Amino acid sequence: MTVPDTAPKITSPQSAQPSDSAGKRTSVWSGLWPLAVGIALAAVMHFALPKLIGQYYSRIVMDIGIAMIMAVSLNIVNGMTGQFSIGHAGFMTLGGYTAAMLTYYGSLSIWGTSLKHGGFLGVGEWMFAASCLVGGLVAAGAGYVVGLPSLRLRGDYLAIVTLGFGEILRVVLQQTGKVIDDAEALRAATWSQFFPPPVGGAVGFDGVPKYTDLFWVYTFVTITVVVAYRLKHSSLGRAMISIREDEIASQAMGVNIARNKVLAFVLAAFFAGTAGGLFAHEAGVIVSPKDAGFQRSFDYVIMTVLGGRGSITGVMLAATILTALPEALRDFEQYRLIMYALLLIIMMLVRPQGLFGIHEIWQLWPGRGTRTDQKKA
Amino acid sequence: MHCRPSVSGHRFLGFGSFLPMLMLVALFGLTIPGCPSGGSNANEIVIGHFGSMSGSEATFGQSTDNGIKLAIEELNAAGGINGKKVRLITYDDKGDAREAGTAVTRLVTSDKVTAVLGEVASGLSLAGAPICQENGVPMISPSSTNPKVTKIGDMIFRVCFIDPFQGSVCAKFARSEELNASKAAILTDQASPYSVGLQEEFEKAFVELGGTITTKQTYQGGDQDFSAQLTGIRGSEPDVIFIPGYYTDVGNIALQARKLGIQTPMLGGDGWDSSKLGEVAGKALDGCFYSNHYSHEDPNPRVQDYIKKYSAKYKGTPDGLAALGYDAARILFEAMKRSKSLSGADIAAELAKTKDFDGVTGKISIDKDRNAVKPAVMLEMKNGKPAFVSTIQPDK
Amino acid sequence: MADFAQTLMTALAIGSLYALIALGYTMVYGILKFINFAHSDIVVLGAWVSYTLANKILPMLGLNPHNPETPPPLWVGALILLSAMVACGLLGFVIERLAYKPLRRAPRLNVLITAIGVSLLLQNVGQLNYVFGASPQKMPALLPNIDLLRISLPSGDGYRDVVIGLVDVMIFATSAVLMLVLEYLVFRTKLGTAMRAVSFSTDNASLMGIPVDRVVSFTFVLGSSLAAAAGFLYVMKYPGLNQPAHSIWVLLGLKAFVAAVIGGIGNVRGAVLGGFVIAFVEQFGAFYISSNYRDVYVFALLIIILLVRPTGLLGSPVREKV
Repeated sequence: MTVPDTAPKITSPQSAQPSDSAGKRTSVWSGLWPLAVGIALAAVMHFALPKLIGQYYSRIVMDIGIAMIMAVSLNIVNGMTGQFSIGHAGFMTLGGYTAAMLTYYGSLSIWGTSLKHGGFLGVGEWMFAASCLVGGLVAAGAGYVVGLPSLRLRGDYLAIVTLGFGEILRVVLQQTGKVIDDAEALRAATWSQFFPPPVGGAVGFDGVPKYTDLFWVYTFVTITVVVAYRLKHSSLGRAMISIREDEIASQAMGVNIARNKVLAFVLAAFFAGTAGGLFAHEAGVIVSPKDAGFQRSFDYVIMTVLGGRGSITGVMLAATILTALPEALRDFEQYRLIMYALLLIIMMLVRPQGLFGIHEIWQLWPGRGTRTDQKKA
Repeated sequence: MHCRPSVSGHRFLGFGSFLPMLMLVALFGLTIPGCPSGGSNANEIVIGHFGSMSGSEATFGQSTDNGIKLAIEELNAAGGINGKKVRLITYDDKGDAREAGTAVTRLVTSDKVTAVLGEVASGLSLAGAPICQENGVPMISPSSTNPKVTKIGDMIFRVCFIDPFQGSVCAKFARSEELNASKAAILTDQASPYSVGLQEEFEKAFVELGGTITTKQTYQGGDQDFSAQLTGIRGSEPDVIFIPGYYTDVGNIALQARKLGIQTPMLGGDGWDSSKLGEVAGKALDGCFYSNHYSHEDPNPRVQDYIKKYSAKYKGTPDGLAALGYDAARILFEAMKRSKSLSGADIAAELAKTKDFDGVTGKISIDKDRNAVKPAVMLEMKNGKPAFVSTIQPDK
Repeated sequence: MADFAQTLMTALAIGSLYALIALGYTMVYGILKFINFAHSDIVVLGAWVSYTLANKILPMLGLNPHNPETPPPLWVGALILLSAMVACGLLGFVIERLAYKPLRRAPRLNVLITAIGVSLLLQNVGQLNYVFGASPQKMPALLPNIDLLRISLPSGDGYRDVVIGLVDVMIFATSAVLMLVLEYLVFRTKLGTAMRAVSFSTDNASLMGIPVDRVVSFTFVLGSSLAAAAGFLYVMKYPGLNQPAHSIWVLLGLKAFVAAVIGGIGNVRGAVLGGFVIAFVEQFGAFYISSNYRDVYVFALLIIILLVRPTGLLGSPVREKV
């Protein structure tokens, strides 16, 4: 496997810098405080943002959060491990349908209505969070199956298999049955109505309770980012990065390539599945077979490439830009996507290594002693 | 966390690379808060339309938008609503449910529109409708036929048929003396909720009326080759082929069916209604029927006037979706004129009272479920043009 | 029997279209090692350019483009085919120079994203009302609508026709000619040798004095004109022309790419083989199993073949370089 010239060697700044010595002493706390801070921030956002910026902008912020989970998780496969998956939306949709099925039919059979149950952090919300996790698990299972060919296939061959997975899922979801409308119909339902699952066919799964809010989205964003960050700086993450840089060399160093590749797939698919759960329960969204198709997957691949290979903050920024950009361009009507496409090409031409390259945002701060600065001095 | 100087010789903060990044961020910062398009002043009423102006279904969204714009032009030329002009904001949703939800949120909460028109596709109407309902803004879907759409709540209306009505109209017609079919084959666009919904209702009604279904084949909207499906249909020897698809696909289907030697009449729904259908299929569709909201030949001045104005403005004959967009907008304006205030609840109350509205697409009344009750017409293709056959009244 | 024969005929015609498109993917991949996602849009452009030209040329000859009963003489079709190929070839050249060449040294993923960007750009520009518009159009008939062969074969309890139209034969013949020309070009000419050398190793080829940039440009021109030819043949067979931004075009491109992968990407003969294989699977699957899963057959076949033969049917195993 040849490494492109622009690809940095494995001794990039932060990889030459294992965990801080201070971090080692309080490793439990150092793993937990970002989580606590993130969830606290999510709670603040949840209560403050809608009042400050209104429903519309809050909604965009929410969509940005979901895009962040998708992009950061895809970055584990595409950016860190150097595999190439373009079926990420397939995992998202699978997770979304699973979670939606659990909350919808769960709500119907427990509370007799598919409406939202309970308030902030109420019973309904916990059921929703749990079903997002289950959606993630189901997606992770699919990730395992799709990840297996990655042992035999490399590069674009794998890409086309993941893409095939998304397309197959799209067609299969179109064959599903009608949603069972209310509790009575559910009680009267026969087993045959559950095969194929009653999730709406081509129309999509409507009537799903609308639990997704800023708090839950950013809680999951926090979890995803913390896990991705810890992974990147763990020995496991280092092993994954070494696969990206040189598969043969890393094998020679004793890295279990097969296990790491599949693990990357499973992890990424898990988070995509939870993102799908959030997506399916968002107000004004109907999760439908179309979501599994290649178009949505492309969006996330674009985010990871624009963000930079393996740069978590870069990918988060890219997710922000690429989610907000079409909204910002909405007034241009039919020229909107033309401008989007042009900007995309220009961004690729001027920043081929992505926004931050392989670095994180704080490593770009002026005065952090980069080689460019030294040259200038 | 601190950094050592990079040893890899990787340049990451050169001015040349920082500038475009800065530009991006600037562009981003400039465009997001600056959206002065919304907000109505005292002399105008703003209404919103969300539709697929780009993407695969662009032609449907654009037709609807044309119809709405024509209605607004007429209204403003005639003095608007009690002296106030109407202004339209159209947002594109790319035919994507998430974008539809965002577009409606923007219309309703940022632009503060008085009412919302849209979408064509039921799936997208189902995405947008709860937001309108929650914020108390009336929404009229011009052409979403799925029964669930108006069940979202008392703010959601439609001006088109629902699937069960049209399905039974088609089934009755197939069983009537005109076609006298006892065996029907079905070819559905399985990616389109409209097509699937209509197919289910047709099948139910046709079997109830004593007919049998010989084979059910499917395609994906946009497919261009139907040989495999049509060969299957040919082998099942039906008396009629029911194709609940859009005109964009039916033309190719008809051409290929005739080529395979299938002379069986075909039958469809209002998705067929466009002058493009006859253009593409030519004589291949002669002797085929479809149900529609109105006939282009209808001597009613309302219809002829509309067709004349539309052709003058957009250079082409309007399709069914444009007519429905036009009617949806006009029904909304009528309700606004009658309404004692421009609050959502008042307009919705007046919308619900709509009775025998003389629309292009027939005499429209809104029933208690906020669906349109109106007659359907059956049209027959003759020489590539639809000709009036009969009118079918809705069941009371 | 009749149904089987009819499905076979359809598969052959569609297979040759897939093969033509797959050739473009496989050539670009062979040389630049990236999936040119904008390739399907060149096919679309070829189709729409043919449509526009036909609507300009036919009235000049005093013919009504909307009347299928009065097809123009054969040379009009050939002229339109050639012009579409030239136009798309030029566009392919421009795209490569502006969008891909600056990224020659960038990671391949970037080129891929750029290709998606170019694809989105072409689609949405094409969809503008003053370019091609967003509604489907009818392609004027350029060939007389005659059946070369219509035989009745026993089928079930009766007899049914097997139809082979002039269009199908023309599609098959034109693709066959184009593929033979390409075969000659790639394996028998100096330029073809250069292309294969660049595909083998860009660096070594340039050390040997091969003008890599020119070879790459030429490959793009060649792939794009083949795509234009496919687009032209496509609208000849399916006169109801979908609008440029319809997602079905991307799906068509993906299937053609799948054909190239199944045949062994980078392998010209493999692309042709792959094109026919997926057309057969798709058509026979849709007819004998269920039309619901037409796209599933193609992608499932892809996954199975890749698991059994990771480099495709005709691909040579990749040796790992250390």
